[in-house]
Amino acid sequence: MFEATEHTRRMQRREGIIKYLLSAMTLLIVLPLVLIVLFLLYKAAPVLSLDFLLENPIHGMRAGGVWAPLLGTIYLVLISLLIATPVGVFAAVYLNEYAGDTWVTRAVNLAVVNLAGVPSIVHALFGLGAFVLFAGMGRSILAASLTLAIMTLPVIIASTKEALAAVPLPFRQACWNLGATRWQTIRHVVLPNSISGILTGIILQVSRAAGETAPVMFTGAVFFKAIRPGDPFAYGLLDQCMALSMHLFTVSTQVPDVPEPITYGTAVVLLGVVLLFNALAILIRFRLRSRKKW
Amino acid sequence: MKPARRPLEPVKEWLIERFIWLCGVSAVLFVFGIFLFVFREGSSFLWHGFKAGEFFTSIEWYPTSRIHVRYGALALITGTFSVSLLAMIIAVPFGMGTAIFISEFCPPRLKEILKITIELLAAIPSVVWGFIGLTLMNSLLLRLFDAPLGLNMLNGAIILALMSVPIIVSIGEDALKAVPDSYREAALALGCTRWQMVLRVLLPAARNGLLAAVLLGIGRAVGETMAVLMATGHSIRIPHSVLEPVRTLTATIAAELGEAPVHSEHYQVLFIIGILLFTITFAINLGADLIVRGIRRKS
Repeated sequence: MFEATEHTRRMQRREGIIKYLLSAMTLLIVLPLVLIVLFLLYKAAPVLSLDFLLENPIHGMRAGGVWAPLLGTIYLVLISLLIATPVGVFAAVYLNEYAGDTWVTRAVNLAVVNLAGVPSIVHALFGLGAFVLFAGMGRSILAASLTLAIMTLPVIIASTKEALAAVPLPFRQACWNLGATRWQTIRHVVLPNSISGILTGIILQVSRAAGETAPVMFTGAVFFKAIRPGDPFAYGLLDQCMALSMHLFTVSTQVPDVPEPITYGTAVVLLGVVLLFNALAILIRFRLRSRKKW
Repeated sequence: MKPARRPLEPVKEWLIERFIWLCGVSAVLFVFGIFLFVFREGSSFLWHGFKAGEFFTSIEWYPTSRIHVRYGALALITGTFSVSLLAMIIAVPFGMGTAIFISEFCPPRLKEILKITIELLAAIPSVVWGFIGLTLMNSLLLRLFDAPLGLNMLNGAIILALMSVPIIVSIGEDALKAVPDSYREAALALGCTRWQMVLRVLLPAARNGLLAAVLLGIGRAVGETMAVLMATGHSIRIPHSVLEPVRTLTATIAAELGEAPVHSEHYQVLFIIGILLFTITFAINLGADLIVRGIRRKS
């Protein structure tokens, strides 16, 4: 009695085909990630060991490990983190807790969106003009970290804002009713309740800062710098440094005849650092979601 | 009982709130600062001696020529736009398809996994993408097509497409999610198949958000530096086919800034390219933001 008409059947067939088509498209987007990681690991396998991390590049970067670039990246990331975290978190507090719907707020929101959209090479030009030349820092870890900090600020602002917005309004109202001021409420109720979300943002900032090349290339990172292997305090604030991202660029395009495993090894270490931090951020977010009290 | 007296408390609170305000507006200051400083470095040549006509219409880019220095950026501008366009031709259908699949067709568990994978895809640094272009994609293209060079426009465009797909997917999926469920229920109740519902109801309803997703994808592609520097082959000319090497605005800055003496004409022209890039991406982001804001106001 209720038999499907020819038209309905045709529509259902089309639906099936389209579903396959869409999932094939998705697979083609997702597959590269897996393939790339496996390919890099396979090619880098001969050199991957703890020594590769702890040895300096030697013989014109054709042998040895990645200690100097790795340490440089750690310096750049940590210092940019120290600068970007307070500014970013408080900027998000301003946007979420204080700002009304005024033109100032709209301007700040627009600025954050644009800051995220400015090409990394333009950030490099800015860092060169403002920090290296105008402020007289020269090409140094400090100038490069400041450039990175400004570049990654939107990452922290966006995720902190999201975390703050997830704290329900009644939490704040209860605190205000006890006579607490706005700042006391933020300090003792809002921030503690959104700490995991803020942490996620900071970790994502780390991952982003570690991978950036163009902004550090002209503000503080150099092709080669000899430091003592194994010494974690080998760089000073106003020194130039090597950086993993730039090192990968150097060994893959600037230096001829670098043995393949070394370039692939550098890529794996860089990708490993970045993906590790991202995975950590994802894990924290999952734990946070399962432990949510409201 | 008398409350404890803390005379400094209001002062401290006032100071902290000033600091918070300052951090908030700092984002605006930074955007202004970026424009100001990039402009400042390029300004003296921009007013004296810079030929805008030549810059936009000539393909002759000879910044270090001894006899006749020429700064014609047309080939670089075409390079940037052709690579970005080709990247979008690849990325938009795939990005939209994936966004629709994740939002409408996929079981919840798979959805979580896919979203994480896409997030990790977005996290891969651009220099690693460039390296992939240089190695894996290079040999792949050489094998698949009969091209003399593996480092060409197609290589760069595929890499850029993979880099901008995560943005298109995540913003596009947000846009689809923002369509109220009552629309879906109404369409299904009228006897639509899911695909008809997507095509006739969701896509028109989420039109603006999807447009914003594409715009942000374009912004990413235009501004990308290291990946195109390493993967597009770096030759200054107007390409006639997708298998020819090209050079982009961003790659030119990255490749030449290190060699140009500070405050020389060449150095300043590179900053003028920076101003051009800043203006393009600013316009794209402003457009995307206005579109997204338009949706929020309506809903």
